[in-house]
Amino acid sequence: MEIFVFDGTLEGLLTAVFECYQKKSEAVKLVSQTHYVPDVFKEAFAVISEDAKAKRVWKGLAKKLDSNWMKSIYRAFLSEQPATFQDLFEFIRYIIDSPPGAEANFGNKYVLEISKMSHKVHREKHRMEAFIRFQKTADHIFYAHIEPDFNVLPLLIDHFKNRYADQKWIIYDLKRKYGLFYDLEKVEEITFDFTAEMSPALNALPVNVLDSQEELYALLWKDYFRSVNIPARKNMKLHIRHVPKRYWKYLSEKQG
Amino acid sequence: MFERIREKLEILADAAKYDVSCSSSGSNRKNENKGLGDAEGTGICHTYTEDGRCVSLLKILLTNHCIYDCAFCVSRRSNDIKRAAFTVDEVVELTMNFYRRNYIEGLFLSSGIFKNADYTMERLVRIVKKLRNEQRFNGYIHLKTIPGASEELLKEAGMYADRMSINLEMPTESGLKLLAPEKSHEDVKKPLNYIQQTITQFSSEKGLIKAVPKFVPAGQSTQMVIGATPESDKEIMHTANTFYKNFSLKRVYYSGYIPISQDARLPVIGSQPPLIRENRLYQTDWLMRFYGFDVKEILNDAHPNLDVDIDPKLSWALRHLEDFPVDVNTADYKMIMRVPGIGVASALKIVQARKFGRLHQDQLKKIGISFNKAKHFIRYADSPLQLRDYEAGHIKAVILSESSSKYTKVPKNQLSIF
Ligand code: SF4
Repeated sequence: MEIFVFDGTLEGLLTAVFECYQKKSEAVKLVSQTHYVPDVFKEAFAVISEDAKAKRVWKGLAKKLDSNWMKSIYRAFLSEQPATFQDLFEFIRYIIDSPPGAEANFGNKYVLEISKMSHKVHREKHRMEAFIRFQKTADHIFYAHIEPDFNVLPLLIDHFKNRYADQKWIIYDLKRKYGLFYDLEKVEEITFDFTAEMSPALNALPVNVLDSQEELYALLWKDYFRSVNIPARKNMKLHIRHVPKRYWKYLSEKQG
Repeated sequence: MFERIREKLEILADAAKYDVSCSSSGSNRKNENKGLGDAEGTGICHTYTEDGRCVSLLKILLTNHCIYDCAFCVSRRSNDIKRAAFTVDEVVELTMNFYRRNYIEGLFLSSGIFKNADYTMERLVRIVKKLRNEQRFNGYIHLKTIPGASEELLKEAGMYADRMSINLEMPTESGLKLLAPEKSHEDVKKPLNYIQQTITQFSSEKGLIKAVPKFVPAGQSTQMVIGATPESDKEIMHTANTFYKNFSLKRVYYSGYIPISQDARLPVIGSQPPLIRENRLYQTDWLMRFYGFDVKEILNDAHPNLDVDIDPKLSWALRHLEDFPVDVNTADYKMIMRVPGIGVASALKIVQARKFGRLHQDQLKKIGISFNKAKHFIRYADSPLQLRDYEAGHIKAVILSESSSKYTKVPKNQLSIF
């Protein structure tokens, strides 16, 4: 068993696949730098990300997989899970080594794992699209911050850009310390240097930076949420299945 | 001002909540004018009420004043409640501001009938027109068709709405006559038919002219109240089936009656709404729409009501053990879908995966079928030798005992009805 250490980027992972064919490696354990604990008895091979190598692997995959599967690979990668990095590595090797169509083999462990993880990431992306609550600031920017389990921001760009084309907005990932800013033209990545002071509570910008009508609409929304409830039908089990408790903090209507 | 708008919203959202339709999907309205909103594709549930219902639209009445007196409705003329009415601008402002904050997918606008049908419909049309033309709003709009409104107004409404609906209210004409003598299913069929024909006309023009405007792109739906009148499940689902077929409806909704009236014709206040029954009806609806079942296979004279303790697919399978076991490695996709415990998505995975080799138990489990339920109805590569055929009652008992949590732990508020 050889150990490959990569930099945690998708480019690095694809480069690792390239190197593995170059070196004719058999069994490889793929570890990202952040998770790597050096072992005195075993030497590790340090993968150095290279655009050209990564692209060759990506293009090779694109010849065999349709765009949905290519997206699934990307989504699974955004899970940032160490086990998924390994699964991706194995999945890619399996696809390269097999005749076309192998991705439909759900009897294969890696096909199944990647499709499942991609599904999980997709589900969280979808939840963010649903649960993000913007607050309007005095300078007319609609602002929200999130703390997703997976790194889903890159997956949110198109949805929010298409939908909120006529308003400026920011979605900030407190956990990963970067955000998206849409300025009516394009979406840019931004970082704040004051995130340490930011309240981890969601929907919690200080009142003095908010638009004067923000309070009214937040209140009307809460009222609305209360009015549409039908107490005779109460079913908390079902409720929690749809909105797991860890997401409640996103929902302004559930606060206070 | 602040308080007045809060009060209006409270009254008019409360009165609208009994319409259970929540879908915000099926439209194809894109944000092409750099305006606000996008209603393409599947809608999003932005939150859920404590009873687990999806909240995706701002669902309100324009007013709860009404000249009619339908016994099952909170807004009925004779009911002594607070009345309110929004102005056109108030509805527009609320919709825009809720949407901008990502609270909702759009607007579901209905209304009590004040003065007359056209007067009411005209106001609804004014709101959607303003949203689309002045505010460049591309979010989802579900508009109620007011029975008796003129065809010109319906046509105009359809140019701006994504979906339109009109409720059958009761599953049969006689049920409706009992509770709302002023109404009839004919009043519902006429506008359904007119809008359906206009949809077809617009889509047939699509091939000829390039930029045909949209007309009710997400189609029409309807709703029936369940449990207020004595119809059997068979009557309910056969009505649903007819309406799906005759008017190409996108959805039929079943709304378990929530007692809100002292009227002697109706279940008393405080009795429990028939939630399990409602759920079984939806399951049947799915079997008809996505699993290739004919309504007569599930509900017929020999079997006029759905079982409460098991779902309709399992119930059907137990009545047709001669069609089982199904070999997942050779059977038709259609037949695999009919196996209890296997859904549309797993059935698809099975037929894809089996091309690579015969499927075994552990693979079936990983694919995500409910194995404990399905195992009584299938054969697979390593299925155990079966020495004798079990009879339906036995299988049912085993399944019920193995999945006790799902079938017997019914939320407390639902136990008392059965
Ligand atoms: S016409 Fe509609 S709003 Fe008026 S009482 Fe009948 S159901 Fe209610």
